[in-house]
Amino acid sequence: MSYGRAGTSEVRETRTGERRVTLTVNGERRVVEVEPRLLLAHLLREGLSLRGTHLGCDTTNCGACTVLLDGEPVKSCTMLAVQADGHEVTTVEGLGTPGELDPVQEGFSREHGLQCGFCTAGMMLTARALLDRVPDPSEEDVRWALSGNLCRCTGYQNIVKAVLWAADQERTS
Amino acid sequence: MTALDEIKIGGLGASRRRVEDARFVRGRGNYTDDIVLPGMLHMEILRSPLAHARITSIDTSRAWEIPGVRLVLTGEMMAQRNLAWMPTLSYDTQAVLATDKVRFQGQEVCVVVADDPYIAKDGCDAIVVEYEPLTPVVNPLQSRAADAPLIRDDKEGQVDNTCYRWEVGDRAATERAFAQADVVSRMQLHYPRSHPSPIECCGSIADFDPATQKLTVYMTTQAPHIIRAAVALVAELPEHMIRIVSPDIGGGFGNKVPVYPGYVASILASILLGRPVKWIEDRTGNLASTGFGRDMYLAAEMALRSDGRILAVRMHADTDQGAFFADAQPTKFKIGLLHSAFACYDIGTGHITAQGHYTNKAPGGVAYRCSFRVTEAMFFQERMMQAAAVDLGMDQAEFRRINLLRDDAFPARTPFGFLVDSGQYGKCLRLGLDAIGYEQFLVDQAEARTRGRRLGIGISTMTEPLGAGNSREYDILGIKMFDSAELRVHMTGKAILRVGAKSQGQGHETTWGQIVAHELGIPAADVIVEEGDTDTAPFGMGTYASRSTPVAGAAISMVARKVRAKARKLAAHLLECSEEDVEWELGRLYVRGAPHRGATIQECAMAAYSNMPDGMEPGLENVAYYDPPNLTWPFACYIATVEVDPETGVWDVLRFVAVDDCGVRINPMVVEGQIMGGLTEAYAMSSMQFQTYDAEGNMVGSNYMDYLLPTAWETPGFELHEVVTPCPHHPIGAKGVGECAAVGGPAAFVNAVHDALSDTGVRNIDMPLLPDRVWQALQDGRDVSGMPPVRSD
Amino acid sequence: MYPSRFRYEAPHSLDEARSLLAQYGDEAKVLAGGQSLVPLLKLRFAAPELLVDINGVPGLGHHRVEAGVLRVGALCRHVDLERSSVLARHPLVASAAPLIADPIVRNRGTLVGSLCHADPQGDWASVLLALGGHVVAEGPHGRRPIPMAEFTLGPFQNALRPGEIAVEAVAPAPRGQVSGRYLKLERRVGDFATVGVAVALETDGDRVVRAGIALTGVGPHTIAATAAEQALVGRPLTAATVEEAAQLAAEASRPKGDHRGSVAYKRHVVATFVRRGLARTDLEAVA
Repeated sequence: MSYGRAGTSEVRETRTGERRVTLTVNGERRVVEVEPRLLLAHLLREGLSLRGTHLGCDTTNCGACTVLLDGEPVKSCTMLAVQADGHEVTTVEGLGTPGELDPVQEGFSREHGLQCGFCTAGMMLTARALLDRVPDPSEEDVRWALSGNLCRCTGYQNIVKAVLWAADQERTS
Repeated sequence: MTALDEIKIGGLGASRRRVEDARFVRGRGNYTDDIVLPGMLHMEILRSPLAHARITSIDTSRAWEIPGVRLVLTGEMMAQRNLAWMPTLSYDTQAVLATDKVRFQGQEVCVVVADDPYIAKDGCDAIVVEYEPLTPVVNPLQSRAADAPLIRDDKEGQVDNTCYRWEVGDRAATERAFAQADVVSRMQLHYPRSHPSPIECCGSIADFDPATQKLTVYMTTQAPHIIRAAVALVAELPEHMIRIVSPDIGGGFGNKVPVYPGYVASILASILLGRPVKWIEDRTGNLASTGFGRDMYLAAEMALRSDGRILAVRMHADTDQGAFFADAQPTKFKIGLLHSAFACYDIGTGHITAQGHYTNKAPGGVAYRCSFRVTEAMFFQERMMQAAAVDLGMDQAEFRRINLLRDDAFPARTPFGFLVDSGQYGKCLRLGLDAIGYEQFLVDQAEARTRGRRLGIGISTMTEPLGAGNSREYDILGIKMFDSAELRVHMTGKAILRVGAKSQGQGHETTWGQIVAHELGIPAADVIVEEGDTDTAPFGMGTYASRSTPVAGAAISMVARKVRAKARKLAAHLLECSEEDVEWELGRLYVRGAPHRGATIQECAMAAYSNMPDGMEPGLENVAYYDPPNLTWPFACYIATVEVDPETGVWDVLRFVAVDDCGVRINPMVVEGQIMGGLTEAYAMSSMQFQTYDAEGNMVGSNYMDYLLPTAWETPGFELHEVVTPCPHHPIGAKGVGECAAVGGPAAFVNAVHDALSDTGVRNIDMPLLPDRVWQALQDGRDVSGMPPVRSD
Repeated sequence: MYPSRFRYEAPHSLDEARSLLAQYGDEAKVLAGGQSLVPLLKLRFAAPELLVDINGVPGLGHHRVEAGVLRVGALCRHVDLERSSVLARHPLVASAAPLIADPIVRNRGTLVGSLCHADPQGDWASVLLALGGHVVAEGPHGRRPIPMAEFTLGPFQNALRPGEIAVEAVAPAPRGQVSGRYLKLERRVGDFATVGVAVALETDGDRVVRAGIALTGVGPHTIAATAAEQALVGRPLTAATVEEAAQLAAEASRPKGDHRGSVAYKRHVVATFVRRGLARTDLEAVA
């Protein structure tokens, strides 16, 4: 089984070829044993059951699998799970709280920034990182920052509005 | 008692926030790949690297030796179970796994089922297939050449590479009209092969239970009921023992209508292994083997009077179908609704001929965000309109205006048999021209030209037939194209609505509730919508061709009205009056002449379970199957302005104005979302997105490095306007809208670039208008063809 | 897409990394940003026995300017250069950084990794070539500089010897007045260059002291347009010299016609971009 076996921090013999990886996912410390060839996206989806991260292409173009690695967007299909050892990963499940949406999530819903929802997690995480770095982005900033994430449904216009809405919300609150 | 505010309860016209978003923004959607079943195995497909080759041997022995590999299937093994070939939705056959030869690059040759997909992929790599290469055919010219290899030698009686022939219209009248013409305008062009390419690829999880003999398939399908019927026929399983579940779908655009070999192979694998088998396609598999759209060639002529009136249109279309005729389209119309071209214009008469061609390319010809080839129809139409205006020396807006159907012309029968029922075309065009500032632009354009700058403006006006059926004319494999809705109102007035359509992002869970709110006054928030499970949803033909609102949406109105009729009986009982004396206002029934004496719909619902009159069947629910009397005819006017850099051929969109008349808008926010999404695909097709082939039949555009979808950076902003002409036959006056912008949009961009080149003698550059093509046209003052094979020098 | 099996090591020192590479030779691959390598692994176009992940090796993430010399460590990401504040004297690097791949890829990918990958369509190789830069390799026999002009041997082939690792890319200190620009014809953000042109100029008054012109995507590897450079050196930038350089650069290109454009088109874009690259605002009066 190469998807990664989630475990605790207890010392346990690793199977041949598997590596123990300790990472923090959405604030929670996780220790897993994985084959080196396992992609981070697959560890998150299958090993850790965080299925909000989607896969859309094989060539690092679509950005559907975007997660935050130590706060910066990365394409989790283009990283090995072993490379996340010692790092912090934020997935869409780590946005907001059970009771309250992150302003970016709220903005996407309010401005109709999603249709099928498949690219949405990646879009929102990229947007989150942008707003953390640039609290007052222009439309051009937003379009540029999102240019590594493909959306097929919306035409982006409402996605851009959603991010600007969130920025506005965060500045005024 | 004040009347209910329909907007407040989320009725018609409310830009209600989407119900779906609550799970999607939290990453809690439930797409096919998110489903995990106990004991589930994983399937990967080994595909052909060659476009045309005889298979001489397949050695799977090393794959079987890999620990974790559970099953390897070849075409021969499929053939033993009579499953090597399957029917397509256009009465052709398609190989599930190749037995004799491969007919396109990317064709399915073997599948491997293993404990996880990494091992399944290892298994595919361990299979050795030997091929004897054959000559590949990559365009219709090669396909019909005298010495062309016979691609479909599997088909009895097939002597050449012709897939179908079709014609419509009045040949004799058209010839007479051309004889009278002052000017004949000619156009030749290619609408390139394009792929719908939703961000979620296709996939399935087949779960055959050996104990109950029931097969459940979770899969990415826009039409689960059609799939159930197909599986019953192909796999010879009883239909009641097949359950198709279409969970959340990450975009469809027509790509997820056909039946694909991966689905069938995963089903057989599950039956053989008695365990669930998951197949999730990779992007190359999606782009290289599943349903593409377009790939059509046009040669057309328009007969014109010198005053600008159109006398007749003559068109011949050649379609490149790839190796199998795998369109999903109505039986009667071999080239879809191509003959809807010019439906918004008074063209006198016309004649269309068409021929389909087998080639060594991926199979398809699906309706990509499109009602069966209307995209090609409207693109050809609007390119011809521009060329004709140029030939006449007329202003392109004025040429359209004088030929558009006038408001008093409806209903109008087109020369090709459609009945166009409504519209305000002149108003839409004028609104668009005013919004873009047409007259001023022409002045600015002329002034810019004197300084060497090339500005252009492109117009596209069109109506298109959305929402197949009616069932008299429209069927797929004999199944009539109606749709359905089932509404059950619970005793507290909350409701569940099940529909035969299937959303892939269109927001049905949101808008369907709004129709119920409009018809019954039950707040939309009190209605839960379910689609996609064939065990629970009533039979429907699914969602494509912008048919959900025209057909399923109408069924929802009709079922709600049936429920309302019963509520009226319950109200009469509660109000102790005769049924004839009960009046309806939104959400409430009351006694005529005594409006204070009434019962809300919720009170009627409670009575249906707790206080029904003697002899009345309990409960408050019904089902409606809706067969529309006609298609719906939305109209659109799209106008783009561009600037072309003559040094590089790069062009930028300056502005884009869209005027859409899609009738009554259920949820304006959702409608605008559909339009912006469609315009983006229009921009994509006009500028960068296409698939082509080299001379060996290798696909260019089989991954996202070469199959280009525009990003937020390139995609222009869109300025949206609306006109509302209610559909005369739809219960709430709505029309289809999902595809309008993708259908009508491309010509606006393309016409704008050609307008910027209007002094060069360039009549046509085939899409996409890649910078090198635009530059080449400018260099040579000649047209640029996009017909494959691509050059390699 | 699922990679084949491989061994994975994440050394914590350069010595350790070097000895792993020496031990495995051609069967080992260095993993830095991974934005080209991981896709190749997924497509199974690459199937190394061992991956040596150098992300844990200290001292490689830098980029700094010392005495005018720009040094970019093997773990310096594209994004670091995009957001850098030390590139005032290296405008070509600053202008190329935002044009590499897409914003998310730039967060991981590295300049040095891109040079090593030696994709004929890679942008950084042209930039370093135009600047007259070099790559610093560390191997069993110590450290050696490899001039950029000798670093790329062909498509996806670099000049590193078995056991060597590229630790730094270096651009020399420019003299006089500096300008530079990277022009890239891409079909869309994130696309590889159909044509890329790197232009670096050092001028003294109105005379060109040094000119660097290099071409991306128009040959089996990055091309130094040497004749075009020579045509500028020692002369003022005038319409005539610019035109001469543009034509010479176009002649130096060796494009193939494909779905991105014909030979004639690509040559034409090379000339156009050289012209545009040289037509800087600060030189408008001269040109």
